[in-house]
Amino acid sequence: MSSSETIPDNTAPRGPWAEVFFSLLRSPTFLVGLGIVLFWVACALFGEHFAPYDPLADDIINALAPPSGEHWFGTDQIGRDVFSRVIVGSRDILTVAPLATLLATVAGTALGLFTGYFKGIVDDIVSRILEAFMAIPVVIVALLAIVALGTSKATVIVVIGLSFAPIIARTVRSAVLAERELDYVAAAQLRHESALHTMFVEILPNVIPPILVETTVRLGYAIFAVATLSFMGFGIQPPSPDWGLSISSNYGMIGGGFWWTVLFDALAIASLVIGVNLAADGVQGALND
Amino acid sequence: MTETNALELHDLSVAYRVNGRNRAVLRNLSLTIGQGEAYGLVGESGCGKSTVALTVVRYLPRNGSITGGAISLDGQDVMKLDAWALRRARADSVSMVYQDPGKALNPSLRIGRQLTEIFELGGVSGQAAEDRAIAMLNRVRISDPKSVMQRYPHQLSGGMQQRVAIAMALANDPTMLILDEPTTGLDATVEAEVLDLIAQLRQELSASILFISHNLAVVSNMCDRVGVLYAGMLVEEGPTDRVFSDPRHPYTVALLRCLPRGGQRKDHGRLDTIPGFLPGIGATIKGCAFADRCALATDRCRTELPPLYELDDGHGGIRLSRCHYHEQAQALPRATPSDVAAPARKEAPAVLRVEGLNKTYASHGHALRAVKDVSVSLRPGETLGLVGESGSGKTTFARLLLGLVPPDEGGTIELEGKTLAPRLENRSDDQIKAMQIVFQNPDSALNRSHSIRHLISRALKRLAGLKGAALQARLEELVRSVRLTDRHLAVKPRQLSGGLKQRVAIARAFAGEPRIVVCDEPTSALDVSVQAAILNLLADLQSKEDVSYIFISHDLGVVRYLSDKIAVLYLGRIMELGPSENVFSGPHHPYTEALLSAVPKLDQTETARIRLDGEIPSATNPPSGCVFHTRCPRKIGAICEEKEPALAEAEPGHTIRCHIPYAELARLQAPKQPVPA
Amino acid sequence: MVFLGGQVLPGNVGRAILGPFADQRAVDALNHSLGVDRPLLTQYGSWIWNFIQGDMGTSYIFRSPVAPFVLDALVNSMKLAAVAFVLVVPIGILGGVIAALNLNRPLDRIISLGGLSVTVLPEFVTGIILILIFGVWLRWLPISAAWPKDAGFFMQLYYLILPSLPLFLVLFGYIARMARSGMIEALDSDYTRTAVLKGLPWRTVIWRHVLRNALLPTITVIATQTGYLIGGLVVIETLFRYQGIGSLIFTAARGKDFPILEAGILTIGIVYAVATLAADFLYSVLNPRIRLGTDQ
Repeated sequence: MSSSETIPDNTAPRGPWAEVFFSLLRSPTFLVGLGIVLFWVACALFGEHFAPYDPLADDIINALAPPSGEHWFGTDQIGRDVFSRVIVGSRDILTVAPLATLLATVAGTALGLFTGYFKGIVDDIVSRILEAFMAIPVVIVALLAIVALGTSKATVIVVIGLSFAPIIARTVRSAVLAERELDYVAAAQLRHESALHTMFVEILPNVIPPILVETTVRLGYAIFAVATLSFMGFGIQPPSPDWGLSISSNYGMIGGGFWWTVLFDALAIASLVIGVNLAADGVQGALND
Repeated sequence: MTETNALELHDLSVAYRVNGRNRAVLRNLSLTIGQGEAYGLVGESGCGKSTVALTVVRYLPRNGSITGGAISLDGQDVMKLDAWALRRARADSVSMVYQDPGKALNPSLRIGRQLTEIFELGGVSGQAAEDRAIAMLNRVRISDPKSVMQRYPHQLSGGMQQRVAIAMALANDPTMLILDEPTTGLDATVEAEVLDLIAQLRQELSASILFISHNLAVVSNMCDRVGVLYAGMLVEEGPTDRVFSDPRHPYTVALLRCLPRGGQRKDHGRLDTIPGFLPGIGATIKGCAFADRCALATDRCRTELPPLYELDDGHGGIRLSRCHYHEQAQALPRATPSDVAAPARKEAPAVLRVEGLNKTYASHGHALRAVKDVSVSLRPGETLGLVGESGSGKTTFARLLLGLVPPDEGGTIELEGKTLAPRLENRSDDQIKAMQIVFQNPDSALNRSHSIRHLISRALKRLAGLKGAALQARLEELVRSVRLTDRHLAVKPRQLSGGLKQRVAIARAFAGEPRIVVCDEPTSALDVSVQAAILNLLADLQSKEDVSYIFISHDLGVVRYLSDKIAVLYLGRIMELGPSENVFSGPHHPYTEALLSAVPKLDQTETARIRLDGEIPSATNPPSGCVFHTRCPRKIGAICEEKEPALAEAEPGHTIRCHIPYAELARLQAPKQPVPA
Repeated sequence: MVFLGGQVLPGNVGRAILGPFADQRAVDALNHSLGVDRPLLTQYGSWIWNFIQGDMGTSYIFRSPVAPFVLDALVNSMKLAAVAFVLVVPIGILGGVIAALNLNRPLDRIISLGGLSVTVLPEFVTGIILILIFGVWLRWLPISAAWPKDAGFFMQLYYLILPSLPLFLVLFGYIARMARSGMIEALDSDYTRTAVLKGLPWRTVIWRHVLRNALLPTITVIATQTGYLIGGLVVIETLFRYQGIGSLIFTAARGKDFPILEAGILTIGIVYAVATLAADFLYSVLNPRIRLGTDQ
């Protein structure tokens, strides 16, 4: 028929993921956030090479020295250089938090896919349990788990990972429930595709955007949670120069005016979580365009 | 000039800002609507129709801006109004009604409150405002206004909601009423009622009307004059009957040819199509916007923008056409040849036989009979059209056939003589590939993460069992048969237009050389020019592959074009089943009669008007006896309320579910039917 | 639905505690004649039964009944939470509404990004910074929340300002964000267009048509924040040395004082369930679609 020659090529120039990428590059929020995060990642990786002092070396004579040309951020109660500790202090949190987020994402995605796809009674029961689980604050879950299992980085990763998994599962589940109603799922059934194929090949690629958004947001909260647990004494353990831990061991003295022992660590945590969240906000904006 | 025009647009240009660039949506649009006049604005999606409406009331989206021109409403320059004066103008002189009344009403306020606040603006409050609100609801023929006043929007049906929206629009007695697709999305019988209401109100009120619609027939029935919009430009304007009977712009000519009408059928010939695509929003247009798609276009058309030529067709009234060659417009050659080899009807055993199929859903503790006792059969190469309004069970029936939902115990589905398992999982691969579907919405049916190549290859692999070179060869053949090209294979669905996506969906359905393809409203999301091409494609594939269709549509013209047999469904029951021509020409079931009468026609030759009262009853609580008796204009008495009539044979192969004997139906309906020439 | 969740909730909390501890702490438990030889479920059942009657067991550390500790702590925590809530709900909603009304203008960017940033700051970080500014440098506010014995209402309030601020900040961004997106959706809706085109004054459009629909989802969100708030209390009460349910749980966990731990967590579960139920109730009262169902 004659119309065959006349269908022009009206294809868009770029694929959807390329568009997301370019719109990320145009987002100042994302770029600022990414910059902050990359700065701390660099500190975690190479910090000791440009830290002026050994972050673990004590120097009792110079204990609690206020900021000066020699010790830019002062020294703590056993004379360790606060500046060097702040530089290197990102290492543990930047290992533990991303691993916990990864665990949460993998577990949450699998849970969300299965409960969303199979609906029915299984979904009802699992969802109730997850809902109940989400009602308990992470800090308290962690508190209990650590009392029972003892403190270690692995415990922190597992606790935070498993506490966040239901939240990611909920997001994935609601996305899957919406996808499931679309006709391409019926079309897959009309090809006798297996449930696994339908879940992972047909549905999963379409729910990647919400998973990505939730993951970046969760990374921010994982840092929040790791820092808080360290501060409460249930997370990263001494002698790590971890920020939360440092604040925990020094905040008792702020009444005495030794502000430099906690302020810089607090600002470091603040900048990192804000950085992650600015980046997450950028990702969200780019994916929702 | 003694009286000011109700609305004047002068050289109006509007742009939307997308990705930092202004993209033109309306280009130097000028039109005038006189006092008391009804002006129709038609065009396909993306031509800027709704933008006109939103510009007039100064309610453009945040990224929209007026880049030039002037709007004068009742003599007032709308663009010069300050916030206060604009609010007064909206309160006093212009009103608007749009699509989807369910969203247009505030979900958390009672209907009464939403009406009285309008009168309060005019200083009428309390009981007086209530009384006027009730009077307004009476005016839009709402029978129980007092109780409606107390309700929330979600407690009303779609038709009632739109009546309330119209009442709100007319409450301030505006000089200008803008109706933007007011009946799109409503069921046919409800649409007919709302259109009747608007026509009656026109007699009673003085308002001028700007009626915006994609549906040419609706506009032709409602309006005195019509303007045809293309790529944000007016391409033709004139008195409605003249424009539609004697179009003078190639676009109008082509658009009218795309519509299946006057009982046109697939074995008479193919529909004409419009090649190519609308220019994208913001495209730079040199010369005539339609030139790329016009077989009459010359070099002059491509370089020189045609002015709006003023024509005289000898019937009085001003006619305009933006075509250099307007006097030749009707000589536009067909884009698609009409001739078609009529397939020889073979007598073959039925490919599909459905016997006593039922489906009951549990809905809030009530049994919902979505499909009740449906039996049909279908021969190879035949199309069964399913017709009915919302709640008729046509989509459920399709899903039952495909095994996507299991039917109730008892009924049988036989495919080529073998009984099919009720559930998809228990059917064999051969049975699966023999029955496929083309869904209504290709955006939902095609996985947006996969390339077109993947989508079709996967179907070939699973349904046809092909691999490697054989798969490649078949893929190319299949892609050509739906008139796509290799270029389209690498892209993802969202990079294609709606029509191209639907071709991909068709290719996928045909991957396993099916015996039956269910087409569930396959063209209802498409513009008429694209719809025609898809209908042609389906007809071509059918005559080539001898495939049978179950074709579901709310558009009777479309169903008639493609169908050999028609089943009319109402509340899950077949009310009438027979050869397409017999069902359309009658005598028919009173419901079929009402459905046919509800369809707006372009030629305005309609003589009988049958309108149904009330709403479609809920399927959870269907009326006793004949389920149609609550709305039936030909109800004969108590028997209709007490006993459900059987599907009785009226003539060979034509059955009707009605207590009125066939001969009597023929007598009742005969005088009102136009005598066939 | 949430009611069901509330029913399951204490059970899960109980299991979460009893499960891991039953083995490890069997000796302690035996000493306290809790009856570990009984099946876990019976044990759990009798514990719940006693809890309902107001008997929460006996603390290992304090050697005295748990109930008074938990109830006192709960009252203290509620005071702190109330101050934070009373501040954050109206201000958060107002912030979101203002941001939405100035969409994409500088004011919106400031509120949105500012809200987003303070929301993700751990409470102890903002707490430390606020203590440094208002407690150490400016000396306007006390750095501990433990007020003198006979402090009156206003004195208590004075001591609670600083501890409630970190909670305020965490919740502010969240509430403002929800309110903002609810507002944007409502402002873009067809019914708002209808209201504007009726010629209603902008104020009426916002008050009568937009706000009510926009803020409905925010109500549910506020209730779910109770969970976060309780987690925050653990940190804040520790940082400010405040005798609340959070610091009680923290101390109990460190000292492995299981009766207090269990009672404290069950109490939290009940508070959460009640808050969610209240939100559900409020939501259905305000939303005619739920209140009246569909057609007829």
